[in-house]
Amino acid sequence: MDGTYYQPEIETMSRKDLEALQLERLKWTVAQALKSPFYKKRFGEKGITADSIQSLDDLRKLPFTTKQDLRENYPFGLLAVDKKELVRLHSSSGTTGNPTVICHTKRDIECWANRVARCFYMVGLRDTDVIQNSSGYGMFTGGLGIQAGIEWLGALSIPAAAGNSLRQIKCIMDYGTTAIHAIPSYALRLADVFEAQGIDPRKDTNLRVFIIGAEPHTEETRRKIEERFGVKAYNNFGMTEMSGPGVALECKEQNGMHIWEDSYIVEIVDPETLEPLPDGEVGELVLTTLDREGMPLLRYRTRDLTRILTGKCPCGRTHRRLDRMKGRSDDMFIVKGVNIFPMQIEKILMKFSELGSNYLITIQPVDNNDELIVEVELGDVKTDDFSQLQALAKEITRQLKDEILVTPKVKLVERGSLPQSEGKAVRVKDLRKLI
Amino acid sequence: MTINQISVFVENKFGRLNEILSFLSKENIRIVAATVADTTEYGILRLITTNQHKAFQLLKAQGISANLSDVLAIKTDPSAGKLSETVEIFTKAGISIEYMYCFSDKSNGVVIIRPNNMDAAHEVIRRNSLNCLVESELSEL
Ligand SMILES: [Zn+2]
Repeated sequence: MDGTYYQPEIETMSRKDLEALQLERLKWTVAQALKSPFYKKRFGEKGITADSIQSLDDLRKLPFTTKQDLRENYPFGLLAVDKKELVRLHSSSGTTGNPTVICHTKRDIECWANRVARCFYMVGLRDTDVIQNSSGYGMFTGGLGIQAGIEWLGALSIPAAAGNSLRQIKCIMDYGTTAIHAIPSYALRLADVFEAQGIDPRKDTNLRVFIIGAEPHTEETRRKIEERFGVKAYNNFGMTEMSGPGVALECKEQNGMHIWEDSYIVEIVDPETLEPLPDGEVGELVLTTLDREGMPLLRYRTRDLTRILTGKCPCGRTHRRLDRMKGRSDDMFIVKGVNIFPMQIEKILMKFSELGSNYLITIQPVDNNDELIVEVELGDVKTDDFSQLQALAKEITRQLKDEILVTPKVKLVERGSLPQSEGKAVRVKDLRKLI
Repeated sequence: MTINQISVFVENKFGRLNEILSFLSKENIRIVAATVADTTEYGILRLITTNQHKAFQLLKAQGISANLSDVLAIKTDPSAGKLSETVEIFTKAGISIEYMYCFSDKSNGVVIIRPNNMDAAHEVIRRNSLNCLVESELSEL
């Protein structure tokens, strides 16, 4: 097997056939969901049965499912199978309330592993590759989810897990790692450690592919990773509620992430009115699982903001593409009446070659007037001259003001002085919430 | 004619300066001269050590923001008025001094100068036969 596609019959299926497949699987999913106490009640109230679904448009008859629903029915209220059928439980911890729990049957795990393998294959990885997974393992799906996908593909997996950069580098050097899965902030941190060790990953390693995801990031961050490692970096999208990584990944075109529509139905809705939006318009991503038997989710509101890219992808895959995530509707914060996404700030910071990759946004209440503080680590910078540093801080402030319309207080800090996270980087500290 | 000076970006955080200096001392780097300039948020530690390249590599390997820049290390004799004479030579030639610091014992003095125009400064040094330290001499200090 060494074509362009891992499963050509599915990846290049005509839209008509793909939609027929979706309809068939949607009917099955509704029937399956009705076996769970949660959906039995929710659908029962509205008189929804599997027969309510006669066309894909009938999906709109179904109510949305939210994170709140998962929390309120924690941990097993959405189970559609007997507990003995389950083989694995994943959870993502929330900052408030119960964690979100998703349980998988053996078949669910296989479908998921196959999707991840299909993703890897799409970006040119084969069974001859050595793929290092630098994600946290444990309950976080980026660990075991990617692990299963690598094994399904038949490549050699290096389950390095998160952190301990010196050991990561040793693995990369000793085992001839060709591809890495990591969160983007950690990829850049790793580049710093390579540099500090005097090793040039572009020349001294076999690395050629990075799969990055699990935290929102900008195109500038991707380019930085590609440049520093001499690799191609592909944007990956996944979330615990949708099993984990492998929901969507960019193909070699690096222009939008193909979402596997044999496994998910994609909708983009207006986050206020919840009305569906046409392809090309930005709204909240809503997903329906099509091949999950343990805990099917219907019309799940992901809170992620994105759009579906219009037009055909030159790679030949018929599954539509999601644009880079614009942020989460719950990541947004408001300062001085202005809506701000952390990504807007990151986009500007990444333009400055003098800066490192780690930053922290703090919102501090000062006499009824909120102050926005942006601390950013210095990278390689001529630090001999105060006026240069002050000019740099001033220029960063000016460009941020242009982007977010609020004047932040920019603080340059030493490399390594901001908290390093092993999982998702903490980018925003809102001190208003603590008072 | 010039020597390397190490400049380290240091946040104004209690104990940070001590951390950096004690790290260098553990690595057996002897500091010949040091000065700290600061604003309210951060400072720049400027260092002359007996082995500038090694010290620089060690700092970089620690992930510390540091860089090398050229400065003049002019030997003076430590009697009264010598420092002012040296500075005056540059002033008369129209060269500004961005910063300077000096160290001396009873018999020798060295003044470190960062001029705004290094080429013009070299010319002044040649014309006035000033005696500059070279890097290999640092280990003898
Ligand atoms: Zn494509």
